[in-house]
Amino acid sequence: MPVTLDSACELHPQVALRPEPFGALAYHYGNRKLIFLKHPDVVAVVRDLAQHATLADALIASGVHQDRWPSFVTAISALQSSEVVRVR
Amino acid sequence: MEPVETAPANQKFAAVAETEATPTRTNAPIVIEELLIEEISIDGMCGVY
Amino acid sequence: MSADALVSQLKQGLDAPICLTWEITYACNLQCVHCLSSSGVRDPRELSTAQAKAVLDELRDLQVFYINIGGGEPMIRKDFFEILEHAEHNNIGVKFSTNGTYIDAENAKRLAEMNYLDVQISIDGTDAATNDAVRGAGSFAVALRAMNHLRDANFGPFKISVVVTRHNVDQLDQFKALADSYGAQLRITRLRPSGRGVDSWNELHPTQAQQRQIYNWLLAHGDNVLTGDSFFHLNALGESLPGLNMCGAGRVVCLIDPIGDVYACPFVIHDQFKAGSIFDEGGFTSVWRDSKLFLSLREPESAGACTSCGNYDSCQGGCMAAKFFTGLPLDGPDPECVLGHGEALLQSTRISLIPKPAMDHSRSVRLNAPTSVSVR
Repeated sequence: MPVTLDSACELHPQVALRPEPFGALAYHYGNRKLIFLKHPDVVAVVRDLAQHATLADALIASGVHQDRWPSFVTAISALQSSEVVRVR
Repeated sequence: MEPVETAPANQKFAAVAETEATPTRTNAPIVIEELLIEEISIDGMCGVY
Repeated sequence: MSADALVSQLKQGLDAPICLTWEITYACNLQCVHCLSSSGVRDPRELSTAQAKAVLDELRDLQVFYINIGGGEPMIRKDFFEILEHAEHNNIGVKFSTNGTYIDAENAKRLAEMNYLDVQISIDGTDAATNDAVRGAGSFAVALRAMNHLRDANFGPFKISVVVTRHNVDQLDQFKALADSYGAQLRITRLRPSGRGVDSWNELHPTQAQQRQIYNWLLAHGDNVLTGDSFFHLNALGESLPGLNMCGAGRVVCLIDPIGDVYACPFVIHDQFKAGSIFDEGGFTSVWRDSKLFLSLREPESAGACTSCGNYDSCQGGCMAAKFFTGLPLDGPDPECVLGHGEALLQSTRISLIPKPAMDHSRSVRLNAPTSVSVR
């Protein structure tokens, strides 16, 4: 199921997030994928996904302006295809 | 329209066609296109066995 | 941030390595001609089990997610499985490199039961003749036996790692087929003139024409083939190969050697590239974050003698280790520069100026030493 603004998502339990100056490094222990989250805002959103009913709610909670939402949906979708994020 | 929040200098901006044909508008609505994630291979760094 | 911006960021270094190589012993039952660590005899200063576990604890605290364990032959250590299990319990993913001698049915089963574990079997030929000329008589059969045991134990996909030489470059398709036949992943890497490799470099390193062959093969068939990002010096031939295409040494990767010394990478085991020791005050963490060597490697690099060549952005001036151990200056062309700038420079380089590796743990009898040493 593709990720949309209405999706309920969560960080995959096998993923660790390591803070970096520019964002974070995400590592998936299961599939060995290594993904850089290249902005603090995407880190904040990803980290808090499980606490929100939808992706849109998570974006609002992290103060992400609506003009940036398409990029965030693209990013979260890419994270979904790497299994870093999943729809719950 | 709300002002667009200031984006960090390293983001790409893609201009979007305006819905209003007012050539003198100075604040064009823009959609910010950001490359927010990048995957690299765990084997993709030189200097490892 | 664009892709280039990420690489620029990584060149400045991170607060912890992304992954690192940890050689846990200099002991080895083989004497491969090109061994980058000149292994053979165990060093009496080798880390104890407790010290090894402390290294893992520190890496866990730094959130290093994945390490590459090697040697020498890492499975020679009596505490090998204990070290692996300690890594597993501390959520550190491990890939270890082995010649396969100690992967029998029982060990294969034990490895298959572990989490976060990758196994990499080293071979350098798709037949015994080609392989054993570099790695010693019987080594090909031993490696194949290990692969069979892993398969029979349902280990899952393992890696087959090859150092590309003048003599095996025509076997790339066969290497791929061999890996496919086991459901394994092929990894081909660049030969560096490091360790014992400094003696066999002239005979073994691919010719200019073969470099092009490797590059073309990777473009055509390299989808599922790993390279350890070791061929970025070939990028000047055309479109860039996949990977970060940057030297990671001291920036995102490094080496911890069997006696706890920290080097920029496994291919530069030499004082000039030694950053410190895990026994320094502040341990590995302080060496990684504050050592003079690593801080200097994280400074912006200059093209030096390569400034006038338009390809520096693609090839990055090649590999530090390749330049250092062929006696070339670090701020100039790689000895295998695809435009031949390195070759030209090598003509005028005195052999006596070539640095020797920091240590030599080779056993006194070198198996399969080259019968002649080319003199430039």
